[in-house]
Amino acid sequence: MGEVILDIEDVHKSFGPVHALRGARLQLRQGEIHALVGENGAGKSTLMHIIDGILQPDSGEIKLDGRKVRIASPNEAHKLGIGFVHQEIALCPEISVAENMYMSETNSSPAWFMRYADINRRAGAVLRELGDIDPTVKAGSLSISQQQIVEIAKALTLDCRILILDEPTAALTETEAKILFRIMHRLADKGIAIIYISHRMAEIFEHCDRITVMRDGCHVRTADVAGITQEEVINSMVGRVLSNLYPAKQAEEERSGRVILSVRGLSESRRIFDVGFDLHEGEILGLAGLIGAGRSEIVRGICRLEGRASGEIALNGRVLQLHDYRDSIREGIVYLSEDRKSDGLFLDMSIAANVSALDIDLISNGMGLIERRREQARARELGQRLQLRANSVDDPVSSLSGGNQQKVALAKMLSVNPKVIFLDEPTRGVDVGAKAEIHRQLRALVREGVGIVVISSELPELIGISDRILVVREGRIAGEVRGDDMTEEKIMHLASIDIGPAAAHG
Amino acid sequence: MLATQEQQSGNMRAIRRIGWLDTMIRARETGLILIIVTLFCVMSLISPYFLTVENIRAMAMAFAVEGIVVVGMTILLISGGIDLSVGSVTALAMVAGGWLFLNGVDPWAAAAMAIALTTAIGMAMGFLTTVVGLHHFIVSLAVMVIARGVCLLATGGRPLGLYSLPPEFKFIGQGTIQNIPLVIIIFVVVVVTFDLLLRRTAAFRKVFYTGSNPKAAAYSGIRVGRVIFATTTLCSTLCGVAGVIYMARFGSAQPSFGIGMELNVIAAAVIGGASLSGGSGTILGAILGAVLLSMVSSSLALLNVSVYWQDIIRGSILLGAVLFDHYLVKRRR
Repeated sequence: MGEVILDIEDVHKSFGPVHALRGARLQLRQGEIHALVGENGAGKSTLMHIIDGILQPDSGEIKLDGRKVRIASPNEAHKLGIGFVHQEIALCPEISVAENMYMSETNSSPAWFMRYADINRRAGAVLRELGDIDPTVKAGSLSISQQQIVEIAKALTLDCRILILDEPTAALTETEAKILFRIMHRLADKGIAIIYISHRMAEIFEHCDRITVMRDGCHVRTADVAGITQEEVINSMVGRVLSNLYPAKQAEEERSGRVILSVRGLSESRRIFDVGFDLHEGEILGLAGLIGAGRSEIVRGICRLEGRASGEIALNGRVLQLHDYRDSIREGIVYLSEDRKSDGLFLDMSIAANVSALDIDLISNGMGLIERRREQARARELGQRLQLRANSVDDPVSSLSGGNQQKVALAKMLSVNPKVIFLDEPTRGVDVGAKAEIHRQLRALVREGVGIVVISSELPELIGISDRILVVREGRIAGEVRGDDMTEEKIMHLASIDIGPAAAHG
Repeated sequence: MLATQEQQSGNMRAIRRIGWLDTMIRARETGLILIIVTLFCVMSLISPYFLTVENIRAMAMAFAVEGIVVVGMTILLISGGIDLSVGSVTALAMVAGGWLFLNGVDPWAAAAMAIALTTAIGMAMGFLTTVVGLHHFIVSLAVMVIARGVCLLATGGRPLGLYSLPPEFKFIGQGTIQNIPLVIIIFVVVVVTFDLLLRRTAAFRKVFYTGSNPKAAAYSGIRVGRVIFATTTLCSTLCGVAGVIYMARFGSAQPSFGIGMELNVIAAAVIGGASLSGGSGTILGAILGAVLLSMVSSSLALLNVSVYWQDIIRGSILLGAVLFDHYLVKRRR
């Protein structure tokens, strides 16, 4: 491992009365992949914004190559060789990949005209190292993972020596993440130091060299990944011992085995092909698969949220006639969307109004008037059940942290007393504590007889909470794993490799 | 986002109840009322004409009918739409009603047909925005120009004198009950009705959901297209109602009436707390916004301030209200 190139000592930063950083430390060596972990709100983002010059520290030292520096702006950070790939992809979809990559250069260049041939050639050279992406296509036409790679390529065009990746794999599937890690290792071999922010322990332990844990704006520990266990990391993140990462599963014999939901012959032109499965009482059913395999499409098809899927759906033995999602909600089949900000929540509306959005009639009287007290009481009750941290149910959802927002989204589902809940990536962007709480709640719901189907791209999580996992590939159920068969290898195998129909029934 | 945000938000087991007093102090309407009362007191001291029944009645009459349009616009803004055609459509209702009357149609039937016409225009705009998928701004801009053109074409650009309107009909716009102009009574009824509907009913709650996040609304089983179709139509219908009242009040139909009305109406709604991106706003707030703008105009007129200054001051009030939102209301979150 190389020399120390970035050394941050005792950095403090306050926003008014809020102490976001209280003695943050980070030491980065040349050519290492350094994981930075901590719960949401631990101060990771603030620290990264200080390194990138977006924020200025109140006190503390930043040393680059042993020299004290002041990073006044992101522009200056670029000049010092610091590249930042933000969590949210921020490419302009309507212009070419090459134009996106050289946006800041074009912006500061005195030239009047774009030198397309020049930037296309240079973009092509950078992209060739990372993956097969044509620099002349529109950025919006690429898949999410390809866009992520373009974001990294964009940072690399600045000749950076330090690359900050903020949760780059959050939107990626396992295979796509693997490609990304291959790229990261190649960059590290060239001597670039990488700061890698993630919630995914498995990835960190597989790919990173060192790890720094933050909590409440403070530095907790830095260690070689080889010399620390996942439990130790998680315990120092949360500051308490999480005895079990995942709640205990219910023993096979405790379950009645009664079928709650049965799906037969679900098909939709070119997206879903003859999907059939049973959901039993007392089990959490996982849906695994690569992004684009059709997991969300299957689930949304069942709920009649999009498309016009054909096939038979029976709830507790009764065949349902569902025309749109309203019918589905009325029958007690609800869907928690994968992107809570864009299509799950009303961010500027109150927590209470969000919770009652699925069926306002439940909190209205016969005249169609909303009973505010009933609405608030309902939201408070569900909030307490899910351990929602909020001042008041009248506060806007935007004032909550990611994990608490997700709890509101979950409360919205629970408010209609559902019989079956489909959860699409229920813990994406949620910190460890809230994640464990959500897992616990799902287990509790299952015990109450609610049927639960979970989609997750994070395989360890899916294996940890599911009793049975269906693997989806290209719009079909490629296979099923349960018990000790639920391993990442088996699932990935089913998800990515074409096998004969005989094995799919095994 | 920040470490202490969660700690500050306190104990998770005791989600606090907020009393009505707290809610009132926070509400934007309270602030507007304070400003209006202050302005009222100051003007009463400065000008002897301000605190007279005539002046107050004149001020009330000035915004009462337009206030009905403000109601429609506010609901439309909350649902995430906008309508630039309100001034033209109001004028069209006047002209259509007047033209029908002059061509021998019973005045009440003519008024009903005028309102039906504006409703149909609203439905057409709703169709173009929700089913076809065009933008509200463009659709209503086109309708604004077309409706104005129709008004001018039908009248040759000259006001239609409706001297033979029966007194019962004129009573809508000119009559008083217990010395209170009927126009103001209609206005108050419309405002109170829609304010309550918007605050309290499940149907109108869907308007907020739709405007706040259309995609999340669709994912909550709300038929977003229908909601926007309804709010677009309602706004045009209320323009028709306003047009008919103006017709009764003026006893004439003026083809160039209401030019620039859309800007006044949108300004009032925004001062009252409505957002152009949808999801927020109240009828009471918007009406207070309209009252404030109208009071400022009449105060400046009483003080003999040039009309040109009046526009500058009204524009500044709008900008001030938006800046207030930007820095005080949004920052809290």
